[in-house]
Amino acid sequence: MRSTDVLVIGAGAVGCSIARELTKYQVRVLVVEKKEDVGGDASKANSAIIHTGYDASPDTLESQLVVAANPMYDKLTKDLDVPFSRIGGILPAITQEQYQKLPTLKEKAFKNRVYDVEYLSGKELLKMEPNLNPETKAGLYIPRESIIDPFLLVVGYAENAQQNGADFLLGTEVTGMHVEQGKITVVETTAGEISCKWVINAAGLHCDEIAAMVGKNDYTVNPRKGQFYVLDKNTSCKVEHIILPIPTKVTKGKLMCPTIHGNMLVGPTAEDLSDKEDRSTDAAGLKSVAEDVRHLIPNVNLRDTITQYSGLRPNRNPEGLHVDTYEDLTNYVNLSGVRSTGLTASASLGKYVAQTLLKLGMSAEMNPDFNPVRKGIVRFRELTREQQDEMIRKDPLYGRVICRCETITEGEIVSAIHSPIPARSMDAVKRRVRAGLGRCQGGFCGPRVLEILARELGVSAEEINKNDKGSYMITGKVR
Amino acid sequence: MYKITCDVAVIGAGPAGLAAAAAAKEQGAEKVLIIERDTALGGILQQCVHPGFGLSLFKEELTGPEYAGRFIEKVEQAGIETLLDTMVLEVRQDGMIYCTNSHYGITMVKAKSVVLAMGCREKTRGNIQIPGTRPAGIYTAGSAQRMVNRQNEMVGKKVVILGSGDIGMIMARRLTLEGARVVAVVEVMDYLAGLIRNRVQCLDDFGIPLLLSHTVTRIVGNQRVEGVYVAKVDQNRMPIPNTEEFFDCDTLLLSVGLIPENELSRAAKIEMDNVTNGPVVNQYMQTSAPRLFACGNVVHVNDLVDNVSTESMLAGKNAAKYAMGQLPLSKRVVVCQPGENVRYLCPQKIAVSNEAENITVYFRVKQPQKETALKVSCEERLLFEKRLPRVNPGEMQHICVPATSLSGKTLTVDAEKRN
Repeated sequence: MRSTDVLVIGAGAVGCSIARELTKYQVRVLVVEKKEDVGGDASKANSAIIHTGYDASPDTLESQLVVAANPMYDKLTKDLDVPFSRIGGILPAITQEQYQKLPTLKEKAFKNRVYDVEYLSGKELLKMEPNLNPETKAGLYIPRESIIDPFLLVVGYAENAQQNGADFLLGTEVTGMHVEQGKITVVETTAGEISCKWVINAAGLHCDEIAAMVGKNDYTVNPRKGQFYVLDKNTSCKVEHIILPIPTKVTKGKLMCPTIHGNMLVGPTAEDLSDKEDRSTDAAGLKSVAEDVRHLIPNVNLRDTITQYSGLRPNRNPEGLHVDTYEDLTNYVNLSGVRSTGLTASASLGKYVAQTLLKLGMSAEMNPDFNPVRKGIVRFRELTREQQDEMIRKDPLYGRVICRCETITEGEIVSAIHSPIPARSMDAVKRRVRAGLGRCQGGFCGPRVLEILARELGVSAEEINKNDKGSYMITGKVR
Repeated sequence: MYKITCDVAVIGAGPAGLAAAAAAKEQGAEKVLIIERDTALGGILQQCVHPGFGLSLFKEELTGPEYAGRFIEKVEQAGIETLLDTMVLEVRQDGMIYCTNSHYGITMVKAKSVVLAMGCREKTRGNIQIPGTRPAGIYTAGSAQRMVNRQNEMVGKKVVILGSGDIGMIMARRLTLEGARVVAVVEVMDYLAGLIRNRVQCLDDFGIPLLLSHTVTRIVGNQRVEGVYVAKVDQNRMPIPNTEEFFDCDTLLLSVGLIPENELSRAAKIEMDNVTNGPVVNQYMQTSAPRLFACGNVVHVNDLVDNVSTESMLAGKNAAKYAMGQLPLSKRVVVCQPGENVRYLCPQKIAVSNEAENITVYFRVKQPQKETALKVSCEERLLFEKRLPRVNPGEMQHICVPATSLSGKTLTVDAEKRN
């Protein structure tokens, strides 16, 4: 039987961050994930923002974790080689009603100890962001609201964890847990039984199902869908900040912001669902995004959309972010309600959960060999012509551009396939190096990436999936 | 960094690039260089294994590779140099091109003139915003064509095709011949997008239903496509409630239009036409940057490769003349304006010089129309009128105008309904 000290269920941003943090200690860490790749669920479909926590409910664990996490990202993204930029957020007040809400919003930011929020006049805001609604009366500027590559954050955590000794079992689903004398002793998975000393439930959307296996389901996960548009990098109307609406009682509303790679992101909706698998977009949801965002940015050109997607926030009922431990189950930590702010909170949650384990009796002996630095794959398009030339001399595969929209070379794709957490599917390649994320959405590079994957993995193209089992790309050879 | 100089550099070795390069050489340009991202010359023609090419240019019916072969032979015999497996990263108005390949690394090409012949790309599911899930099994028709014809890979067994563009109809036939079942071709407009001959030869002959005024409203399936919902649309192309029907399929192919691939042109900051999505050109196929010429689908999407070749020979010839300092000096510019029921005119500008020449102006209509009176005027003055029994947006038209007749500032083409 396989054994480990800490078993982390779920390889999203939070699970991978916890795994990385735990490798700072002398414990064996194993992450099990039912999907075929890390970050394959909520961590891949969100607004890719690192929040400050200015608008969290004050004095909650969520506020505490988000506010604490934001300053960590400068060093973290440098260590993990993850694209990140502190572009700042703007909340424009356009109507009189919104204008009157500004003082309350600022006060809330102060209660959350986000003191660098500033009032700016309509004139100042329009100077910073000429595409804002010209009727903007005034607004708040939140300088540390930031954007990140969410795919690479998860990959960065996971690969660094793995380099420091953590193991990952992907495509492996937890099916049950054995409890003896108030402790989980064995976790049953589709890859066999695993004995362990501690179990962390970071299963996101499915954390209630895991909790039910040990009778701790005093809550349910109610997915809240968010639909987004991604716009072409060359779209006619762009913004340089995260443009956030003044929240209403019902919703935080729909925003527009640049992605770290220069596209525009517009959305999301907030729709409560019962189906945890419903990641479909629909015409009504997208229409509501279009209508709402036009209030903020009247000239937004949604005809320049290159794709639309939806993600599911693992919302909790009753609400709130929880990290629970139990007197009658002493080696189990249950995370729930890690929703929109979860990407941000992943950095602090890793530390919080490690600390929780120390309290539960995990040995605090440090790992002297821990190396916080993970080197990512060279981004050819970001190099100078001289550096590009040098790179091609070292490895000629960097001279061949496969994805023309994003200028991604064969060298980068091959590196992704042979990276510490290898890319084994079309989407895994896409998330690591952006091949297929551009305006032609893989129309040109897709068939080529399929060939490269099959070649590098030594399998036939029929065995290559888009992402999970059953998402086969081709049905066979031409007769 | 590897450095090359040449007289005319051609970006792209599809039908446009090949014809332009051959013509440039024929015109007398000494060193002509083709830069192509694929490992062989021919471009998309290489994957078009069906016949139907060359009827107007060669008066015979060729397959894509055969048609390309005619030009490849010319290019090779003329001693035109090629850089294959090479991606252009940047083109500058001064004729400097940065490109990359595995062999030479980053390569700087200094050209006296450049022909942009990058072709076009296909519209995607994202562009036309089809709601639903995002499973495997959604391909643009051209990608599927590459996979089937060049990589020997079958994309699916039960296929719905959205869009009655030519590539979609050709793939309907191709997949049927390979044993797949094409459930239907669905077209949002109330008329065919592609050529009528393709409907007859690719759909009717194989009993594949064509559903006009219908669209795909939703894609179903979490891992692989499990089916699509198809609904009737109203006059505004909006789905009519309660007409949705489920089509069981594992693959959705999209043939919903082409977009000229002009990222290099835009980065070079040359003037663009918002209707064609291509560079604004004059009758020499010269862009707003005098050294840069453009031709083929980069300028406007063509339906027949023969037209691409003809237009590209013009571009190649004039790029060579420019490189040799022989392009006539323009005295004034006439602007071509689309009139009634005309979507665009190409070229968009005419540079009037001292030379007497006949200028071919291509255009597409907006709406299908029977009994059409084509009126060509210079400012308010009617130059000539031509009667056409039928015009179709899917079929490009052209007119010829003698440059000497262009005394005004504008040239207008109207496609009026005859009473």
